[in-house]
This record gives sequence, structure tokens and C-alpha cells, in this order.
Amino acid sequence: MISCKESTRRMSQDMDQPLTWFVRLGLRLHLLYCSGCRRTRRQFLFLRTAMRNHPWGDE
Amino acid sequence: MADIDVAAEFTRLRPQLLRFAQLQLRSEAHAEDAVQETLLAALQGHDRFTGAASFKTWVFSILKNKVIDELRRRARSPEDTLYDDALSEAVDDLFDEHDHWATMPAAWGNPEASLEQKRFWDVLDACLNTLASAPSRVFMMREFLGLETDEICKELAITTSNCWVLLHRARLGLRECLGRRWFGEVAGSTTR
Repeated sequence: MISCKESTRRMSQDMDQPLTWFVRLGLRLHLLYCSGCRRTRRQFLFLRTAMRNHPWGDE
Repeated sequence: MADIDVAAEFTRLRPQLLRFAQLQLRSEAHAEDAVQETLLAALQGHDRFTGAASFKTWVFSILKNKVIDELRRRARSPEDTLYDDALSEAVDDLFDEHDHWATMPAAWGNPEASLEQKRFWDVLDACLNTLASAPSRVFMMREFLGLETDEICKELAITTSNCWVLLHRARLGLRECLGRRWFGEVAGSTTR
């Protein structure tokens, strides 16, 4: 099983360039068992949403 | 199509343009320069503004190019230090000796609701400013400027794997900061 640190590395990379099926499989296995990393993945994706919706001081 | 009073519109947009430039260039002086150059370009080129996109979008796209130019210039300058050890230590602290979470990330509930709150954006900007310069630079180019990783690598003259390392660090750092300062995560709690 990969570590949490490696899991976060893979989920981050997946946001920039798709993982190979094998590397993605390792990530998915980890996510099955690790709620912390499942949350992190959702939170990384939320960060992207937030950046895309930045109002730049629009009132 | 109504006439656009470029100077008036620009004055209205200026605080937002400055905020955008400041976050990426990390220097009020450089942000001012970029915004001023953008104003000049907008004044000179406003007859080319067709109104197809909004004025704001058009002006922001000019500014984005100015920002990219400055980031590219910095990447090529000898005094630029792209690698910052301080953040790598901070990121390593997030994991224990087995590379598992030292403190489990907490659930954030419905984070999208935060996007409606003005203070959330202040906290997010504060967190963006805590990132070390190298991760910040790459993260901004990816998430604000919308550049693909190979474009970023080319502009900054770094390898793809360096790019990914920096993006990873930026995301971990931001998640940690926002978790603590906005979503109420408590450092050191180990509840699973």
C-alpha cells in the first residue's frame, strides 16, 4: 500500500496530467482505506474551484 | 455597442487588477508596474476591443500576459532562487515517519458555501501569501492563469517533475492553511 504522502502526490499530479492506470490503481486502493486522503482529494478539488471563482474584490 | 470610457472603467477595475498582480508577483512595486502597463495597453488598444468578451475579461487578459512576461523574466534572471527549503520542511511536517498523516485532515462539510462569504476570500489570499515563492509561482500559473504544466515548465525553464513537486507542495500548504484558518481544523488532533 502506498503512503498518505504518496497518495497526495498522485492525486495532485492527477489534477495536472492523467495518471497511468497502474499508478491510479495504487491511489484508488489507498483511498478505499484512508478517509483522510479521501477528504484531501475533495479539498484539493475545492481549492481549484475556489481559484476559478475568485472575485478579485468584486462587491 | 456603447462607448467604453476606458479610463473610468479602468479606475473601477484597478483594485482588482492590483490584487490579482500582487498575489502572483508578490511585490507591490511589480504589481503597480504591471497594472500601469496594462492601462497603457488598454488605452492604446481600446479601439481593438470588440466588445465580444466583457471589458473586464479583456483587461484581465492583458494583465495576465504582463504577469507571465514578468514571471518568465524572473525565471531567466541569475538572482532568481526557485527552490525554497523552508516550505519543504513545513510540508514534511504534515506526515509522520511512515509518511502517513500526522494529523488527519478533517471534513470540511459544504465548502462551496464559503465562496459566498467575503471574508473567505481574504483568508484564502492570506494563505496564498504564506506559500513559498516557488510553489506559489507555479500554483498561480496553473490555477489563476490556467496554463498547462508543459507551458509553465517552458516559461520557468524547469522540468515537469519539478513542476509537479511544486504544485503538490502548494496544494498541501494551502489545504493545511485553509483547514486551520477557515474550516476549523485543530493542529495536533489525531481523531480518525
